[in-house]
Amino acid sequence: MTTQSFDVQAVRRDFPILSREIGGKPLVYLDSAATSQKPQVVIDALASYYSGMNANIHRGVHTLSQEATEAYEGARGKVRQLINAAEDAEIVFTRGTTEGINLVAQTLGAQRLGPGGEVVISNMEHHSNVVPWQILCQQTGGRLRVAPINDDGELLMDEYESLLGPQTALVSIVHMSNALGTINPVKDIVALAHSHGIPVLLDGAQATPHLPVDVRDLDCDFYAFSGHKLFGPTGIGVLYGKRQWLESMPPYQGGGEQIKSVTFENTIYNDLPYKFEAGTPHIAGVIGLGAAIDYVNGIGLTRAAAYEHELLEYGTEQLQGIEGLQLIGTARHKAGVLSFVLDGIHPHDIGTVLDTQGIAIRTGHHCTQPLMQRFQIPATARASFAFYNTKSEIDALVEGIHKTFEVFS
Amino acid sequence: MSDLVELYQELVLDHNNRPRNKRAMDDASNSADGYNPLCGDQVSVFLKVENGVIEDISFEGVGCAISQSSASMMTQNVKGRSVEDARELFGVFHSMVTREPGGDFDASSLGELEALAGVCAFPNRIKCASLAWHTMAASLDPNKTEQVTTE
Repeated sequence: MTTQSFDVQAVRRDFPILSREIGGKPLVYLDSAATSQKPQVVIDALASYYSGMNANIHRGVHTLSQEATEAYEGARGKVRQLINAAEDAEIVFTRGTTEGINLVAQTLGAQRLGPGGEVVISNMEHHSNVVPWQILCQQTGGRLRVAPINDDGELLMDEYESLLGPQTALVSIVHMSNALGTINPVKDIVALAHSHGIPVLLDGAQATPHLPVDVRDLDCDFYAFSGHKLFGPTGIGVLYGKRQWLESMPPYQGGGEQIKSVTFENTIYNDLPYKFEAGTPHIAGVIGLGAAIDYVNGIGLTRAAAYEHELLEYGTEQLQGIEGLQLIGTARHKAGVLSFVLDGIHPHDIGTVLDTQGIAIRTGHHCTQPLMQRFQIPATARASFAFYNTKSEIDALVEGIHKTFEVFS
Repeated sequence: MSDLVELYQELVLDHNNRPRNKRAMDDASNSADGYNPLCGDQVSVFLKVENGVIEDISFEGVGCAISQSSASMMTQNVKGRSVEDARELFGVFHSMVTREPGGDFDASSLGELEALAGVCAFPNRIKCASLAWHTMAASLDPNKTEQVTTE
């Protein structure tokens, strides 16, 4: 796959914000790992739902409600196809990855974890895949175990394997690291965990915009991701769960929509996936996510991933050539992220200088403080890519880094 | 670029590279820790207050150039002032960094601190500049909480 076969300029025209200027300079958006920009079709889908179809779902006999229900459930089908789940009932809509992880922690986690039991995560987890398990451990007397990584930001698989055993109640691990870009060997991890009878949750927040995901091929028990990182709206996410688990788990929240019948003595819960969707959901968000998935399918994630890989290789080469710059996260298998530090210059100052050049990057600990502690740094500057970025934007980044050195010389 | 030059003035960079009074103080009468959860900037401020006068002041911490130089300049400017004066100075400094860009401010009591006037053009850096000051103010407050945060 070559750059020529991927018409990035045509793709860029689909994203209205990319023609914006910041302080008189063209926006160079290198913060897609924080949130992706939205194509016009997603923005239009939100507006057309509210302007032409707005109604509550699953309960109205009127036309609007039927149309909204069809659009909502249609989007569920698109999600199922995107990740190749077996059935729509295994797709639960959430507010985002964070809620998906909390849901599993407080239902299956609470069922399985007791005093002496363990949950295994890794050193490169986002706080959203650390704190829900800490809360659960505090509630149950369980213990959190953390799999170590090497200096390149790769899991130490032998040590990982040694953490698994009869005491392990659950494994939760990030598919692709937000701070390092590392893509973990999650299929191997699932197989390992299953050989001990341990269910596995994968945090797919970063992976879904960069890699084709097939939950049946991975054989993971749960897969959580967010719409807003996948070119969809904020406030909407997905938790995939295997039917056998979802059926045996208690509800996460109680309320309307998630019940079949209620008396003050007893409530019969609704079928999957509605058992886990209490309250009126983010209907517009779901429909917007459906539009985003259609858009991504039109681009082709495999094709986009090949293009992004070229960008990453180019960016890595360019940044490695800068004296005084150190890349943080040099895993052999990675995507979309260039995290770095500069000698003697705090990342926050790098971010300010780059912003004056129209370049948007993230600076800080990226909600991965234990990972920063592992590398003994307070923070990094992180440039992250999507398929709408270009090599000339990486050139702008390199120029901005040189400018930063100039300001601080 | 002009805003940037204004922000990272030579004096600011000098204080960042060679911070003054950056040390712990064993015999401090007052101290507090400050933290900016947004960017991870951390600063501890130590004071020796005698008869209402700040006889000595120092700081320790890690953070961006703005937070470190602001802390350094603060210690220089506040040393020898009365507690009341120092609090008043914080007010003047705060008005300077939070004013509308281009707006006037009273520079008469600020001395070197005026070098941080350019911060006002960068709203998300105001907390960096004011962290050490909030921390000092907290150390002088008998009702202070354990740790100051800018959030």
